[in-house]
Amino acid sequence: MTLSRDDVDHVAMLARLGLSDEEKSRLLAELEKILGHIARLQQVDTSMLAETAQVGDLANVMRADEPKPTLGTVAAVRNAPAADGSYFIVGAIQGNELDS
Amino acid sequence: MSSTASTITELAAALRDGSTTPRALLDEALAHLERSDKQLNAYLSVTRELAIQQADTAARALAEHPERASPLCGIPMALKDVLCVEGVETTAASKILNGFKPPYTGTAVQRLFDAGAVCVGKTNCDEFAMGSSTENSAFGSVGNPWDVERVPGGSSGGSAATVAAGTVPYSLGSDTGGSIRQPAALTGVVGFKPTYGRVSRYGLIAFASSLDQIGPFTRTVEDCATVYAAIAGHDPRDSTCDPRAVDDPLLTLRKGVEGMRLGIPREYLGEGTEPGVRAAVEAAFAVLEAQGATLHEVSLPSTDVALSVYYVIAPAECSSNLARYDGVRFGNRVERQSLTDMYQQTRGAGFGAEVKRRVMLGTYALSSGYYDAYYRQAQKVRTLVGQEFDSVFQEVDAIVSPTSPSVAFPMGSRSDPLSMYLCDVVTLPANLAGIPGISVPCGFVDGLPVGLQVLAPRFADARVFQVAHAYEQATAWHSSRSPFATEAA
Amino acid sequence: MTDYEVVIGLEVHAQLLTRSKMFCGCPANYLGAEPNANTCPVCLGLPGVLPTINEQAVDFTVRTALALQCDIPAFTKFDRKNYFYPDLPKGYQISQYDLPLSLNGHLEFPVNGETVRCGVTRVHLEEDTGTMHHAGDVLQSATSSLIDLNRCGVPLMEIVGEPDLRTPEAAREYLVRLRQILTYIGVNDGNLEQGSFRCDANVSLRPRGDTELGVKVEVKNMNSFRAVQRALESEIERQTSVLDAGGTLVQETRGWVEAHGRTIAQRSKEQAHDYRYFPEPDLPPLRLDSAFVERVRATLPELPEARAARFQSQYGLTAYDAAVLTDTRESADVYEALVAAGVPAKLAANWQSGDVAALANEHRVPLPQSGLGIAGLAVLLRLVDGGAINGPTAKELLVELYVSGGDPEALVRERGLAQVSDAGALTALVDAAIAANPGAAADFSAGKQQALGQLMRAVKDATGGKADMPLVNRLLRDRLSGQ
Repeated sequence: MTLSRDDVDHVAMLARLGLSDEEKSRLLAELEKILGHIARLQQVDTSMLAETAQVGDLANVMRADEPKPTLGTVAAVRNAPAADGSYFIVGAIQGNELDS
Repeated sequence: MSSTASTITELAAALRDGSTTPRALLDEALAHLERSDKQLNAYLSVTRELAIQQADTAARALAEHPERASPLCGIPMALKDVLCVEGVETTAASKILNGFKPPYTGTAVQRLFDAGAVCVGKTNCDEFAMGSSTENSAFGSVGNPWDVERVPGGSSGGSAATVAAGTVPYSLGSDTGGSIRQPAALTGVVGFKPTYGRVSRYGLIAFASSLDQIGPFTRTVEDCATVYAAIAGHDPRDSTCDPRAVDDPLLTLRKGVEGMRLGIPREYLGEGTEPGVRAAVEAAFAVLEAQGATLHEVSLPSTDVALSVYYVIAPAECSSNLARYDGVRFGNRVERQSLTDMYQQTRGAGFGAEVKRRVMLGTYALSSGYYDAYYRQAQKVRTLVGQEFDSVFQEVDAIVSPTSPSVAFPMGSRSDPLSMYLCDVVTLPANLAGIPGISVPCGFVDGLPVGLQVLAPRFADARVFQVAHAYEQATAWHSSRSPFATEAA
Repeated sequence: MTDYEVVIGLEVHAQLLTRSKMFCGCPANYLGAEPNANTCPVCLGLPGVLPTINEQAVDFTVRTALALQCDIPAFTKFDRKNYFYPDLPKGYQISQYDLPLSLNGHLEFPVNGETVRCGVTRVHLEEDTGTMHHAGDVLQSATSSLIDLNRCGVPLMEIVGEPDLRTPEAAREYLVRLRQILTYIGVNDGNLEQGSFRCDANVSLRPRGDTELGVKVEVKNMNSFRAVQRALESEIERQTSVLDAGGTLVQETRGWVEAHGRTIAQRSKEQAHDYRYFPEPDLPPLRLDSAFVERVRATLPELPEARAARFQSQYGLTAYDAAVLTDTRESADVYEALVAAGVPAKLAANWQSGDVAALANEHRVPLPQSGLGIAGLAVLLRLVDGGAINGPTAKELLVELYVSGGDPEALVRERGLAQVSDAGALTALVDAAIAANPGAAADFSAGKQQALGQLMRAVKDATGGKADMPLVNRLLRDRLSGQ
């Protein structure tokens, strides 16, 4: 599989990573090489194998529906780089932010 | 009595017979840290105030009921900076978290604090635990106490180095693909990765959720088992943490290896293994044989492809786990007028090159059109890796191998990402299968440590300690002191 | 002009009435809390935290699935839905993708006297997001947005309906019935205005007879059942005019603007979002065996349709009356309590649906919480049934006691409100009334039915309003027909 510069742009957007042109060029080369190595995954016959989403056999791990103490507003926003009183605040959302 | 280069066992006795106090141990540790860290850069922050409080609390506990106090009570230690401590700066060695202070303490750490541990500081590591040399830290790399121009391994390089340097007798790290075992090998200390699900991950800044585990670095296997026993066990806050009871590793520690069948996977001693490493490890095999174990060659054919499995799954999970670092609620933000710009600039400036590489790789592997070929395929081959271990463990009780194909390499010498990834080729399969593993010192090559890895089936953590202890006690490697640890206190 | 067939599919998101959030212990009820007060490290998505599944939320979702006739697969799991937005702290939502909690159900409901059946594709469980306020209220022109994560992590059940609906009215009735079921089984409070019950619609047109679906438009922001119907009507009109004019429709998301009575384009759906779903590694899967499912099934109450049918057969009520009384589970419970307390079925139905309902509305207090209560009303209605008081007296007492409470029997005694029903005494009063109103008597005998009213009023006044009026009516007619 050959990566294209468009692929790098697209993936960077999906991941919301701001990359310089130099970074993109470097990543293109590095990722191509890594993907080249990883390609050997395709050689393995997995037709009889199920996926391991998790090791172990745990199932039905649930919590009783009991309310617990909250952090409270002050602690919740304490680490915020920008806040407006009790709210977190961000800049302009132009309406297309959800486009991946 | 100096805390420098002493073991937990020795210090616990000294605290109880009056020859030292928690405060005295702490002062020695801090003084040693100050002297050594200019060269080592093992610490990102020193938690002096917290440590003093904890030392005082420990002193009271030891005075009132020394027999009930944990063996860890009053003993200084350090924490890899991916472990959240309430009110203490926790950065994951990343600029994006510079200044972040969690409002809570993780479970494993809290268990140590409750046992009377004295936290000296947060140690340096690869950014977000991604790396095998600690060169990916945003705050400078860490020197190997055996040769400061060389890497200590990674990602838990700081935690390994501080124990190897003799500043503290133990520390906590995290292991996702070998990040405890490999630095333990490269710095000549003991490092243990528990069975996946044995130690709660609540409070561990997540890298790869299905692979991460917290574990200890110590000078001896007994110390390692002691720390492990204090942190292991069910936690309702971590749904992947197993509820079954923990077998106390100290009960079976001294049983020896008489009659045990040990497997040597031929793929773990391949061409990439340095001759000196091979020689040291083969000598270790001979020691185990002399102790009464039988050694058998076994095969784990998926070893080669396991690297590819890991480098799809770990980046995929990390790309999702790191999405929360967006500058909105915590961490550093690059302020921009539009939200998308803010996200991109914040993450672009805040993440280092390796993190970006893995986030890109992981996002790609999960993206539409590639999910089946990469992520799904990797999860299937992961099943194969686990099946092969299951099959081998039908034949043998434990697996022994080198921990790392090479000894500590010079800083900057592995700039090609892929060559760095190859450091973990014999450690990462254990993470994929969720089995426990340890690295224990087994020799030197030109003054640089070599580590012996022991692996066992899931939940046979006690057996890992048993084999490692038998080997350790039949040799003198655990008495070796790095140059930093031989200085007078 | 082409004859188009309308194809509507509805998606409902319903917040669950659990005590705590879906994946952490914060209270699920965040109304009235200061912004960001109702949070913890887990729902804030801080570094190092992990989710834990709320078992009540799973129970409620299975309960809903059973009420909607869905299959419950033996294996189900959570998945991560990855995207960036400020109201989504982790950068992913824990939801369900390919192996949801339930599949293949259906809902039947009346539309204009006919029964319509709509398939339910799936019911699954996920977590709600936070809320955002855009400075200036309009997203597209706001320079900043304020984020409140109180709602983040509240359990959310997603109910996806098959595109089986063919009219806006059917869509509305589907929602009415669905909401009724959810409130009946106690999993959701059915509040559209506050957003605990949310609905989005997918609408497309195709020439009648075609089997392929037309371009699908998603319609959002409909905050009442009426808005749903109006929005769909408006959208169908819009799509029809575009197609009739030979244009092509764009697959997009449109928001309903109540004030303008039309939908406006929000964002293009041309590029489908790449959510990069993968199984949630922090949560083991759920294996729900048949024993578990049957346990949940046993907790299901009688559903509205079945209860209404039983009210018809057991109490002899009309379909209409039965439907009114079983509209909510609470009112159905009140009715059956009245009947169990000895009030005749029809009497109870008339009063409950009529005067009592009006008072409940006026005072915004349901009967069980009123001064009178169910027990008090039962006493009052038994007095009416036994002839101790007449209808008008009972109505007056009801109005008074609904607010103030009190013992109806004692009040009847104290105030001498007992009904006058002695035939002899009434006959005398009837004769007196006829004698005093010869004109009205003559008119009635001549065929003017309404003239009886004047005579009735005369007898009523003579008894201070306590006469047994149906008896008075009979006595008057007997007397006048005899003449």
